[in-house]
Amino acid sequence: MPSQLVNDYFRQENLPHIWCSGCGNGIVTRAIVKAIDSLGLKKDDVCVVSGIGCSSRASGYLDFNTIHTTHGRALAFATGIKLANPKLNVIVISGDGDASAIGGNHLIHASRRNIDITTIVYNNNIYGMTGGQYSPTTPCGDKATTAPYGNLDNTFDLCDLVKGAGATYIARSTIYSPNMIQKQVENGIKNKGFSLIETITSCPTYYGRKNKKGDAVQMLTYLRDHSINTVAYNKLSDEEREGKIVVGEFHNSPKPEFTQLYDELIKSMAKED
Amino acid sequence: MTVRLMQGNEACVEGALKAGMKFYAGYPITPSTEIAEISALELPKVGGKFIQMEDEIGGMATIIGASVAGLKSMTATSGPGFSLKQENIGYAIIAEIPCVIVNVQRVGPSTGLPTSPAQGDIMQARWGTHGDHSIIALYPNSVKEIYEITVRAFNLAEKYRTPVILLLDEIIGHMREKIDIDDNSKIEIIDRKKPSCPPEKYLAYAVREGEIVPSMASFGEGYRYHITGLVHKETGFPTGNENVAEELVNRLTSKIENNVDDIVTYDEYLLEDADIAIVAFGATSRSAKKAINDLRAEGYKVGMFRPITIWPSPEKQLLELSKNVKRIIVVEMNSGQYFLEVDRIAGKNTLVEKYGKINGDIIKPEEIEAIVKEGHNA
Repeated sequence: MPSQLVNDYFRQENLPHIWCSGCGNGIVTRAIVKAIDSLGLKKDDVCVVSGIGCSSRASGYLDFNTIHTTHGRALAFATGIKLANPKLNVIVISGDGDASAIGGNHLIHASRRNIDITTIVYNNNIYGMTGGQYSPTTPCGDKATTAPYGNLDNTFDLCDLVKGAGATYIARSTIYSPNMIQKQVENGIKNKGFSLIETITSCPTYYGRKNKKGDAVQMLTYLRDHSINTVAYNKLSDEEREGKIVVGEFHNSPKPEFTQLYDELIKSMAKED
Repeated sequence: MTVRLMQGNEACVEGALKAGMKFYAGYPITPSTEIAEISALELPKVGGKFIQMEDEIGGMATIIGASVAGLKSMTATSGPGFSLKQENIGYAIIAEIPCVIVNVQRVGPSTGLPTSPAQGDIMQARWGTHGDHSIIALYPNSVKEIYEITVRAFNLAEKYRTPVILLLDEIIGHMREKIDIDDNSKIEIIDRKKPSCPPEKYLAYAVREGEIVPSMASFGEGYRYHITGLVHKETGFPTGNENVAEELVNRLTSKIENNVDDIVTYDEYLLEDADIAIVAFGATSRSAKKAINDLRAEGYKVGMFRPITIWPSPEKQLLELSKNVKRIIVVEMNSGQYFLEVDRIAGKNTLVEKYGKINGDIIKPEEIEAIVKEGHNA
């Protein structure tokens, strides 16, 4: 029997999902739905926009207004939806490659505009859908099908990236702590502005296998053992910080929101008449 | 009656507003920029929204999003931007999202000659995005017609749930002509059909008996459904089923191809007794008209067929024309793109020739006169 949460929020005719066994995407998706449930949002008022990739398939499983767009463009589609109908709670689901490589330009500009969209990046450090190529978040030196001798690229810190670009709520969590993901998504939705929640998820099939990270449980254990709260992290020496995944809320600083500003502009013009 | 002096690009925005445009997203590019500038100025006055996106791809994606949320939406660009928009034009085709894409053409390929006119995007308008599909592309030839055809572009987009491409010439986009836009009360405005069934019965991609396209709910109206660029079932959810794939692609094509009589418009000039027909569109048709008048004065029986709907092509009319004339000359500011289409249709019945120009200069009446005479005397 599916749980009440699945009954209430998932399109059961489209389940089971396409994700591999051991994939962390289900944990993130469940946490998002729990956040929506906990905030008491009406399903008709929620719009989930996704791009292309493993995680972006989540939109089809969820019983909201859902749109599965083109690769990298979820935020641009979402910008049109939110600006056209600011009453909708617009949530973007994207992967690390989708959000920060092909969609990187939209990510920084949606942040800059501070448009009220909550973006959840399922960061599994790899392109899973296409079979394991390196992404902008594949750690330097790690292997992928297109980095057979080890990745030479530096990695993006997505939270730092959107901070510099102007996002007003920024947090990171891992699938080892689904309650933390849920809380961060709730706070992201509550923030009237651009929110980014980076969730570190695991891909045992490609990233794990290529880099000998073990099975799904071992990868989860790794996330438990290597993640550290931002407050504790700040007290560590540079040496102790090596290899740590910093989690927690990094930034929560409201600023005027784009669609609100536009609505005020329209109102001011109506007054002039 | 108020007669105004108006630029083509300005008439495009006026037409869009008349049609009910409430959303514009785009990126600055010569020679289309005035369309963005005037939209930015006018849209908030009518409760509409304008956004300058970070790139051309974003401009296209954003108008699709706004249309999904219920607003009539438009973007404008030129060659380099038109190239970047192609993937999402394909998305709008498969997901059946109404929207209008204006392409004020310039010389290509690539950055080409940014401020010089060309008609080089005829084939890109037809086949720019990948995969099998049909497309509607319209081509006005005056400031007044830009106004009217922009309204029509929105109407066709709404009626057939498809992106409509409006091809403009830089010459007309930047030319000022007199136009009376107050005398437009009789203009018909078409809005997309909304579902009348309760949400639980709504099949987002099912075509009801007697309808051309599925009815379209806007996000936020209580009809929770799924939109995807993947091949999808009537429910909107993706499938890999080959029968569904074939049916969907066929339906998307035939909703346009089966309605050419409704979609195709054209203009004929002095063709009744003509034995030579010039096929020309946009700015080139105006040079052709002057040439025809001059040639007529010298006794040449020459006329013009001007497609206003470029795609789908006016096949029936061109076939009929091919039976009545000895020569068809396709005159266009490219190296013979529409010639290929005209020759395909008319070539079996009559001689089809081409005259093209690709250097950024307009085709002048005397050039057309010369090509008519050369062939005539030969």
